[in-house]
Amino acid sequence: MSTVHVSVKVDGMDYEADVEPRRLLVHFLRDDLGRTGTPIGCDTSNCGACTVLLDGRSVKSCSVLAVQADGAEVTTVQGLANGTWHPVQTAFHTEHGLQCGYCTPGMMLAAVDLLGENPDPSEQEIRSGLEGNLCRCTGYVNIVRAVQAAAANMRGAST
Amino acid sequence: MSVDTGAKLVGQSVMRKEDARLLTGETTWTDNIQLPGMLHLAVLRSPMAHARIDRLDASPALARPGVVAVFTGADMGGAGVPCVWPVTDDMVAPAFPALAIDEVRFAGDAVAVVVAQSRYQAADALEAIDVDYTPLPPVLDMEAALADGADLVHSDKGTNKCFYWELNGGDYAAAKAKAEAAGGAVIHRRYVQQRLIPNAMEPRAVVCAPMAATGEITVWSATQIPHIVRLLLALTTGIPEHKIRVIAPDVGGGFGSKLDLYREEIIAAVVAGKLGRPVKWTESRSEGYVATIHGRDQIQDIEIAYAPDGTVLGLHVELLADMGAYLQIITPGIPLLGAFMYNSIYKFEALHFGTTGVFSTKTPTDAYRGAGRPEATFAIERIMDDLAAELALDPLVLRERNWIKHEEFPFTTIAGLEYDSGNYEAATARAKELFGYDDLRAEQQRRRASGDSVQLGIGVSTFTEMCGLAPSRILSALKYVAGGWETSTVRVLPTGKVEVVTGTSPHGQGHVTAWSQIAADALGIPFDDIQVIHGDTKMAPNGMDTYGSRSLVVGGIAVLNAAERVVEKARLIAAHQLECDPGDLDFEGGVFKVRGTPGAEKAIQAVAFEAFTAHDLPDGVEPTLVADSTVDPNVFSYPHGTHLCAVEVDTETGAVKIRSYVAVDDIGNVVNPAIVEGQVHGGIAQGIGQALFEEAVYDAEGNLVTGTMVDYLLPSAADLPDFVTERTVTPATTNALGVKGVGEAGTIASTPAVVNAVVDALRPAGVGNVAMPCSPQTVWRAIETAKRQGGAA
Repeated sequence: MSTVHVSVKVDGMDYEADVEPRRLLVHFLRDDLGRTGTPIGCDTSNCGACTVLLDGRSVKSCSVLAVQADGAEVTTVQGLANGTWHPVQTAFHTEHGLQCGYCTPGMMLAAVDLLGENPDPSEQEIRSGLEGNLCRCTGYVNIVRAVQAAAANMRGAST
Repeated sequence: MSVDTGAKLVGQSVMRKEDARLLTGETTWTDNIQLPGMLHLAVLRSPMAHARIDRLDASPALARPGVVAVFTGADMGGAGVPCVWPVTDDMVAPAFPALAIDEVRFAGDAVAVVVAQSRYQAADALEAIDVDYTPLPPVLDMEAALADGADLVHSDKGTNKCFYWELNGGDYAAAKAKAEAAGGAVIHRRYVQQRLIPNAMEPRAVVCAPMAATGEITVWSATQIPHIVRLLLALTTGIPEHKIRVIAPDVGGGFGSKLDLYREEIIAAVVAGKLGRPVKWTESRSEGYVATIHGRDQIQDIEIAYAPDGTVLGLHVELLADMGAYLQIITPGIPLLGAFMYNSIYKFEALHFGTTGVFSTKTPTDAYRGAGRPEATFAIERIMDDLAAELALDPLVLRERNWIKHEEFPFTTIAGLEYDSGNYEAATARAKELFGYDDLRAEQQRRRASGDSVQLGIGVSTFTEMCGLAPSRILSALKYVAGGWETSTVRVLPTGKVEVVTGTSPHGQGHVTAWSQIAADALGIPFDDIQVIHGDTKMAPNGMDTYGSRSLVVGGIAVLNAAERVVEKARLIAAHQLECDPGDLDFEGGVFKVRGTPGAEKAIQAVAFEAFTAHDLPDGVEPTLVADSTVDPNVFSYPHGTHLCAVEVDTETGAVKIRSYVAVDDIGNVVNPAIVEGQVHGGIAQGIGQALFEEAVYDAEGNLVTGTMVDYLLPSAADLPDFVTERTVTPATTNALGVKGVGEAGTIASTPAVVNAVVDALRPAGVGNVAMPCSPQTVWRAIETAKRQGGAA
């Protein structure tokens, strides 16, 4: 099968690869680059477990082709910390916003995008903002609390 | 919450050790594993619910790019999924081959497997496999399946009935006669527990790596039960047990759906052995919807006989339980786990419970969070609400009239279980207070009186459950083929660091943190100096794994016992070296101190080094500071609680909105309140999922219509409210920690609380029941049906 050349920066590192046009970004990340921090939870882009940031905005990496990421910058859960944990990571820890942890990478990256758009979301805005990310363990209560805590922390840090 | 390092850790919300890896992506999900030379499996599945395989030619797939091999049922050497719970001597247990032979019996039944160099190539080649099917009639309705002349799932068995099992306590006929003689009556209801899809967020996956020279094989699997998988894999494949190592690496949720030996684990082991190459299989979510067990799917006929004051004298239950097409490992046992819970927290004089297992051409059912107990609790709590309505009593008043009073414990129920402790009054009083019960009832009255188109409903659910699976002797009496013990080894290493080996196999429950808390307290060694080892049959060779809210109540006690045995051994060594009697030593904060002699002391870490060098040990004391404990509980534990739910039901659209939800659970003492709260939150959400959103739907041909996450509605954050959760504490009297278990409580309690609330909102409209899930359409139809029936009356 023919391949297409792509250049992608993932978590700060440049990668060059020849991929099948049909290759999903998430398989490219996991199977070709070995960036297995991003998990796969479904095959219909419902669950959001594979959410990453593509040029800073959250996307479900099962719904993006690797070729579409050509020239772009991808941030996965493995690139979220920058020396120290991102406030969202810290808040998920302190608020017990994860149990099995499978939805957590996607949930956190969706939350990062949400807080970029809306630094002071209400509970309802958080719930709506994370609607595309499913969790089966937490009932979302502590995820909402974690996003609230992270938002407060990030607002505090920016003033 | 920060840790008060001076205090005991048990009881504190210590933040989880598990989180750091999970939050940074340093995870080892099974699908992450890449091995040199690894091949990928894809499974061809039946597109029909029931058909004869007339011709199966897998060879064309071999011509496809990257394909290495294809296998069909005949290649599996007779291996298949065993059922380990033959609930009756005459239970019908059809063979469940790893790949179908001659006949497929549910849509998604495994027919052939392709092995290729990449997962894309394996998936691509499936279409090249040639299969000719002759359709056979699907078997979809349990009652029709039991009728004479019904089409059969397993024609060689001559019946669709798997078993009939019953439990009787007291004399139901006598209790009914007594109720009627007193001027009471019976009410009878039928409730349907719809079929559910568990949906652990991590799909199942398995990797097998064979070593031809030694005959060994390493199996990584997304499983809750690595120890049981190892044993069953050995029994069915013939690979010697001691040559099999099963590892459950990071496992992303289970909820019972990974409490099984699955066909793909068998297939992967057999194929890896045949090819001498590592292989991986990872299910897609849609594949998992047909290939991973479903839950519930029962029809409950329940009758209660009551005296005029609302005292319930007798309970009569006949249950139909859909097994699906084959038996997974404990499929027939699920209704039995519920049997003992229909009488719940109440003091009935008589109980009859009978259940019929029925085969259908659907995906097999098995344990799903709560496993029989949510169904039982739903039925009794729904009918108690209906009785309260019948008698115009407040539903909590009716319940209190019937429940076991706190001063009556220990109490032996009509199902034969001895409840050690409980305080239903306290939990209910606190729940009412948090909920604002009286104010909401007053608001409900006002809105009923004003004819508000949006009606307020208040749902009550009081519950108990049996946890701590399980006393081995009771399992024997129920014909389960294994025991219910759990084991732990605690080692203090020469440097004073600790390894806690556990037979439990966590997949989100936080055992690494909780077991560290227990061991830290018992040993007086810092929390951070403790490593918990689990989920690997080579590193933690003994265990019965994680399910049924058993891990803390059985496994946690084993950790405590082993740690205490370590301390007792260390005491002998310390006494020898401090030249005193062991009984003269106090053990405080990890230090042995000679009573009355200040300064004469030795830390347990120093004792560990002495135990390692073995230069100066007392006679008869062996080197190394290590101890084991295996705990087989004598009894179950009985958490309980009161959950209250307020819903707003739009009577014009049928839309249901949860306005508030209060849960007061009594799970005895707690090790880590934050983890407990998280378990309750998630459990409530899953129970609400059953009440309002979720249902696995089959069409008339037996196809799973809700075959993807697009069609099966899992609640998102936007669909759920915040929950108010609190606890009352009535310690268990039957274990050293006073703990009861919490993994399933929320799921058991919340479904009836929500449905009772929906029905409560609609009683003035003449609605007496709403089928689950209470979707807008279902609710609206119930309202319209009641209107028509009311109009005709």
